[in-house]
Amino acid sequence: MPVNTRMSGNEAVAHAIKQINPDVMPAFPITPSTEIPQFVASMIANGEVDTEFIPVESEHSSMSAAIGSSAAGARTLTATSSCGLALMWEVLYVAASNRLPIVMAVVNRALSGPININAEHSDSMGARDSGWIQIYAENNQEVYDNFLQSYRIAEHKDVKLPVMICQDGFITSHAVENITLWDDEPIRQFVGEYEPEHYLMKADETMAVGPYAVSNYGMEAKRAQAEAMKNARQVILDVAKEFEELTGRKYGFFEEYELEDADYAIVAIGSVCGTAKDAIDELRRRGVRAGLLKIRVFRPFPDREIAAALKHCRAIAILDRAEGYNGNGGPLGAEVTAALYKAKAKAETVNMIYGLSGRDVRVEDLIKVYGNLEKLASGKIKYDDYPYIGLRK
Amino acid sequence: MEAKKFDFREIQGREDRLAPGHRMCAGCGGTIAVRNVLKALHPGDKAVVGNATGCLEVSSFMYPFTTYEDSYIHNAFENAGATLSGVETAYHALRKRGKVKEEYKFITFGGDGGTYDIGLQSLSGAMERGHDLVYVCYDNGAYMNTGVQRSSATPMYADTTTTPSGSESDGKPQSRKDLAEIIAAHHIPYVAQTTFIGNMKDLYVKSEKAIYTPGPAFLNIMAPCPRGWKYDAPDIIEICKLGVETCYWPLFEVVDGKWILNYKPKNKLPLEDFLRKQGRFKHLFKPGNEALLEAFQKETDRRWEELLKRCEA
Repeated sequence: MPVNTRMSGNEAVAHAIKQINPDVMPAFPITPSTEIPQFVASMIANGEVDTEFIPVESEHSSMSAAIGSSAAGARTLTATSSCGLALMWEVLYVAASNRLPIVMAVVNRALSGPININAEHSDSMGARDSGWIQIYAENNQEVYDNFLQSYRIAEHKDVKLPVMICQDGFITSHAVENITLWDDEPIRQFVGEYEPEHYLMKADETMAVGPYAVSNYGMEAKRAQAEAMKNARQVILDVAKEFEELTGRKYGFFEEYELEDADYAIVAIGSVCGTAKDAIDELRRRGVRAGLLKIRVFRPFPDREIAAALKHCRAIAILDRAEGYNGNGGPLGAEVTAALYKAKAKAETVNMIYGLSGRDVRVEDLIKVYGNLEKLASGKIKYDDYPYIGLRK
Repeated sequence: MEAKKFDFREIQGREDRLAPGHRMCAGCGGTIAVRNVLKALHPGDKAVVGNATGCLEVSSFMYPFTTYEDSYIHNAFENAGATLSGVETAYHALRKRGKVKEEYKFITFGGDGGTYDIGLQSLSGAMERGHDLVYVCYDNGAYMNTGVQRSSATPMYADTTTTPSGSESDGKPQSRKDLAEIIAAHHIPYVAQTTFIGNMKDLYVKSEKAIYTPGPAFLNIMAPCPRGWKYDAPDIIEICKLGVETCYWPLFEVVDGKWILNYKPKNKLPLEDFLRKQGRFKHLFKPGNEALLEAFQKETDRRWEELLKRCEA
């Protein structure tokens, strides 16, 4: 029987790891993801899992060892945040291009500087073009469920790509909330055994990983990798469907909350979506047709589906928890706006930046955003720049 | 495992694990190092070979061809230690779960750039954690793959493209770092320094010990580079011999913390004999540069005396 209990997002990931019992985990501590390797090390010490833990001397070595382990045929994971993810940058591309189905728990935190340990998406958004699948969560239940689905997606023969399972630092990783934990045995059956087709130590064959490729071959390799990312779309949906049959919990590329008839919509990622839902409930009571599109899958980017879901809206605010430093806004803003343009959507759009370095966002802040969307749609205001929410004057 | 008796014919008759057809230069020391280290694997034993980015990697695994008969992994420049520690840990995990049945050995190769410099942290971590693997540095004393830039392994006064000799420069101002000593300070079971001497017995014996000693092992192999050192390809063996006879490159081992000198020349030759055959030291032989030669000789003597003390203790 599923158990209703309460735990933090980091504990939820650790519970998923316990149920999966992967082969190898190299990790290096960094706030706020440190608890995950700590929990795993404890579970190993207590005999609850028999995963091999490698206490590496840096995140660069963490990802490098994960690449070696995965190429050797082991189901591999790691965890990191912020500067740790940035230190892995070079080898994130190596993991993806070698088509290694590593899973990484990313607890989102601001990149330096100033040095700051709180929630921001600058870390994983910076790695958005590294070839990793990225799946984000609003709360502890979602990060648990996403982690349980991750290996099925990563290891699928049409995909074979690494996956980041992202959650917001502290807000999700450390706050304790209610959660339903699924039974071990059905989860183990759902995740299944990892049976790679080729690996370094496969009996009766040898394998060479990480070639030098001249222009005659390099472009085709990259295209094949891009095709795998496209293939991930269907696999993500298929795995979600199977997960729903098992647990009753529904997942897709994104969640639509009161979006179907919405005039005014927010598009966002992560824990802020819980706040947006409260704002929407309040506005709906007042008769405002407000809605939300909460992105779950950012890589691959479901551009057509997002545009189709938003096409009827009059005005849309795309919220980024990361500054793009391009003079125009953040990464989600750029990609959603491009998707709407391609779909010839007529909605007014504005890209807003919020929550940097863990700045709090309240229900009132988002009610104000919806108010501004009404004004934007009726031509009462215009945005020449991309506004910040909650910036001190 | 019992070390096999050194039988030159039997060993040289073993099938090469580094197949012909790679694109390394004629007279390349790196290739000689890899070929001979891999010969120390007993016939029939399985291995996974690792490699840091460098000349060796871009010339030996050009898609779609590999020159390695064993499984092979290249990851990046600075992480050969960490990468192979991941492979080695996966081996234990998969053995434990019955997914890998056979025994494997783990050997990784890096140049001095990937080992002394950018990869030092990753190497140190792998050694300290005690993974059962061999890290082999083929030390050619500069970043040869990118076109002969200085490294911390480059000998003093060497002319490189980032320490060119000129009217205002004597070549590299600093002397080389002693990596074998640094790795020995990790207190791992086996560290050795060698090069190509005679029938390669020293290299073979040390490679075999490194591979078959449980736990981490490190080999530092002086592996001249014809492009960077500027010598005629056939001179490589003579240069290696002079490196040892001048005590510039002593042959030693550190076995479970005990320092052992493997060879002491009866008549220590002057360092000049080693330097003269290399174009990178040409400027040292110009009139007026006698003091530079003297300083280099003094530094070489000092290090040799230090090593003698260590080995007697």
